[in-house]
Amino acid sequence: MAQELGIPEFEGWIRAFAAAVAEHRDELTTLDSAIGDADHGTNMDRGMAAVVAALDGGPPADGAALFKLVGATLVSKVGGASGPLYGTFFLRLAGAGGSGPWDAGTVAKALRAGVEGVVARGKAEPGDKTMLDALLPACDALEAALAAGQPLADALGAAATAAVEGRDATKPLQARKGRASYLGERSIGHVDPGATSAALLVEAAATALVPAQG
Amino acid sequence: MPRVGLVVVSHSRPLAEAAVTLARQMLTGADVAVEVAAGTDDGGLGTDAFAISEAIAAADSGDGVVVLMDLGSAVLSAETALELLADDVRDRVLLSAGPLVEGLIGAVVVAAGGADRDRVAAEALRGLAPKQAHLGG
Repeated sequence: MAQELGIPEFEGWIRAFAAAVAEHRDELTTLDSAIGDADHGTNMDRGMAAVVAALDGGPPADGAALFKLVGATLVSKVGGASGPLYGTFFLRLAGAGGSGPWDAGTVAKALRAGVEGVVARGKAEPGDKTMLDALLPACDALEAALAAGQPLADALGAAATAAVEGRDATKPLQARKGRASYLGERSIGHVDPGATSAALLVEAAATALVPAQG
Repeated sequence: MPRVGLVVVSHSRPLAEAAVTLARQMLTGADVAVEVAAGTDDGGLGTDAFAISEAIAAADSGDGVVVLMDLGSAVLSAETALELLADDVRDRVLLSAGPLVEGLIGAVVVAAGGADRDRVAAEALRGLAPKQAHLGG
């Protein structure tokens, strides 16, 4: 039985994320209009549509090349801060995951490296009301579940649950990074749009990064 | 004489181009390489790390580049652009925390006078000083 992930699963993850972003585009923009510059959904949708167009041009050689393509496209095409943040996430993911097939440990290591890239790029901390408030709990949950011996699919499910909980927990927080931080206390009471798209990313991973049965 | 290049990064191309026009008004005769990386490729508001890395490469004559930015993604995209550059170019680039308009004007003037990169960067960083002195802030 194959327990390794390759191009079909990686591409499935990226396409599932792109579809989720397209489906939730208006919701993401509405969330951003409450506490930001009202462009998160539009920006992410433009970026992920460019990623899908690049993938439609033909599959990259391996996982590292695929995620590098995703990251390079996002840093160029998104326009807003989510471009360099998600772009750096995928570029670091590519570097840490490498060009060979990925097992569960590779997935955890690569996701952690991607999230650390977001930390380095945005200099945000937990509780700042950013995408990290979804991504950091997701990484922690994934690593804990794998350490407890759960299969990757279950561990990614736990990561998705943690990301959604982290997203919802941004509502009472006061933003300390990005445009929303200009609003001070007025940012309280709104779910963070970046944490919302980040939860979509982890949920897409839980659906798509499942080793093929065979 | 050093020829330090400048790059203006903004969400808005009209904003960046107007800032460059304002700064170039200070130049008489001497010229300075000032490149703009601003807006999305469909004409909207946004920043593009690849476009910034290309602008830096175009502004670089080997004596260094100072990059001025507006806010938010302009800063994050400029930092990301550094990762996309060759090591030798990256080492010559300085991202300025100076104010975009005032910093650019000061930087253009001293760059035209043949100042080195650190001197140009220092001038960009003190861009608010004349206004602060005037207003007592």
